[in-house]
Amino acid sequence: MAGGGTVRDALAARLRPWFFTGPALLWTAGFFVLPFAAMAIVSLWTLSGSGIDRSLSLANYSQFFTNRSYFQAMVNSLEVTAIVTVVSIILAYPLAWILSERVPERWQRLALILAVLPFWTSYVVRSYSWLLVLAEKGIVNNALVSLGLLSQPIQLANTRFATILGFVHFFVMLLTLTIYASLKQLPASYRRAAADLGANGLQIFIYVVLPLTLPGIVVGAFLTFVLSIGDYITPQILGGGNELLMPQLIMMQIGRRGDFPLASALSLVLMAVVTAAYLAAARWLKLERT
Amino acid sequence: MRKFGRAIAGIYALIIYGFIFLPVIVLVLFSFQGTLFPVPPFNGPSLRWYEAALGDARLTSALVNSLMVAIVSSMVAVLLGFLAAYGFARYRLPGAAFFRGLLTAPLSVSYLIIGMGLLLVFNGMGVPKSLSAAGIGHVVINLPLCFAITYSQMGEHQVNIERAARDLGAKDWQVLTHITAPMLWPALFASFFLSMTFSWDEFVIAFLLTRFDTTLPVEIWSLLRSGLSPKTNAVGSLVFGISVIMVLVLELAVLRRRAS
Repeated sequence: MAGGGTVRDALAARLRPWFFTGPALLWTAGFFVLPFAAMAIVSLWTLSGSGIDRSLSLANYSQFFTNRSYFQAMVNSLEVTAIVTVVSIILAYPLAWILSERVPERWQRLALILAVLPFWTSYVVRSYSWLLVLAEKGIVNNALVSLGLLSQPIQLANTRFATILGFVHFFVMLLTLTIYASLKQLPASYRRAAADLGANGLQIFIYVVLPLTLPGIVVGAFLTFVLSIGDYITPQILGGGNELLMPQLIMMQIGRRGDFPLASALSLVLMAVVTAAYLAAARWLKLERT
Repeated sequence: MRKFGRAIAGIYALIIYGFIFLPVIVLVLFSFQGTLFPVPPFNGPSLRWYEAALGDARLTSALVNSLMVAIVSSMVAVLLGFLAAYGFARYRLPGAAFFRGLLTAPLSVSYLIIGMGLLLVFNGMGVPKSLSAAGIGHVVINLPLCFAITYSQMGEHQVNIERAARDLGAKDWQVLTHITAPMLWPALFASFFLSMTFSWDEFVIAFLLTRFDTTLPVEIWSLLRSGLSPKTNAVGSLVFGISVIMVLVLELAVLRRRAS
């Protein structure tokens, strides 16, 4: 009896940690890993006229590379994401710098909270708000016409410009946060040392501040890339149907045609691109650190 | 020259702040529009569109649904995240690094793909679309955050107190509820409110996984199909207001405390 007890105790001690980690792991396995595996399998099926053909084939993937409009959606997505990332960094860096250098210490926190407050509105509300701003009779067109800069309203909504603007608005806030954090981590003594050695303001920035805050920028750029390339709402509401980005193409397969196999394949292609970007960013950060 | 630089910096900050707040200001301003269209000229202020929005049963029930989904899914995410963080911080587990990686993996996958995967599985198992399905999806996206935040706050200094409690005869669950959780409450509170805001604002998972009873972002989405309307502004302003309150609670209760 006693011997059985110790074996059971030993087993219980072995299992105890899984009692704590188990629920979360099971949840992730059941509602994240399993759906993912299902998607991978379904992506190898094909939708035919009579229903879903469950024999495995790479038809959906080859369709992505051969059907010009599908491939174009990926090109559009990459272009928009690249422009958004670059423009957001260029706009956010000076703001982060002003916040960390020019604003008195005690006001910085408040200034930062204010700078990212609209960050917390949902994609839907934020995109709708930009639609209001950019509408044909909206506030921008209205102002430009009444100032005499335009003779009649121009189309701003339902364009690629609108999509980019909506994205840039969101990511300027996000990048201001990440760049501000990396500027704050930079010891002031580095800059003083550079100044003592005769560097002027511009030189200090180019040779000291910028290289040392670059990892923060890369992290922010990666976040921007991942979050914008996977977003459906912003291009759908602001860009309209004039050109499709990947998430719109994927949703179209689900919504209009119920073509889950193709939607799954397109999603996995999109994920592969994101993973490649992640590996590139991680590799770069690692090289930078050594 | 210095003064000049200062002026440039000030003007730049002003322009960017203007850009950041422009859509929010337009949204809120024209929610008080007295006439039919949320575009200039402004005729107001009037509360008629707030009355219209709050009198719309679909919208109010969507608002209640959103809050329910946000609260319940965040509670589940915090609970699972907390237990997992405790397990990983206090015990040596074979393959711990792999399993921790697994728990945070959903962070790098877009919501659209998570939602679609769940839709496939639920369809395959014959589970109908519902608020619970969306809630399950929201736990998937928030669990990694709750786990990472709580895990990062589980330090060595709490171990001794937990050990003392155990020596005095406390059982595992008593240690968790009386010692560990109270010591970690800022982290738990922060993860809860962060999860709440993310769930409250989330669209695409709820869009894919709900049908008739749905959440507020999805309901707003269907309002958009009928074009611009001050009523949508009113709902959007309310959503924004609630998000801001959640963020302020988080800021005041948690972050400020940590700073002091």
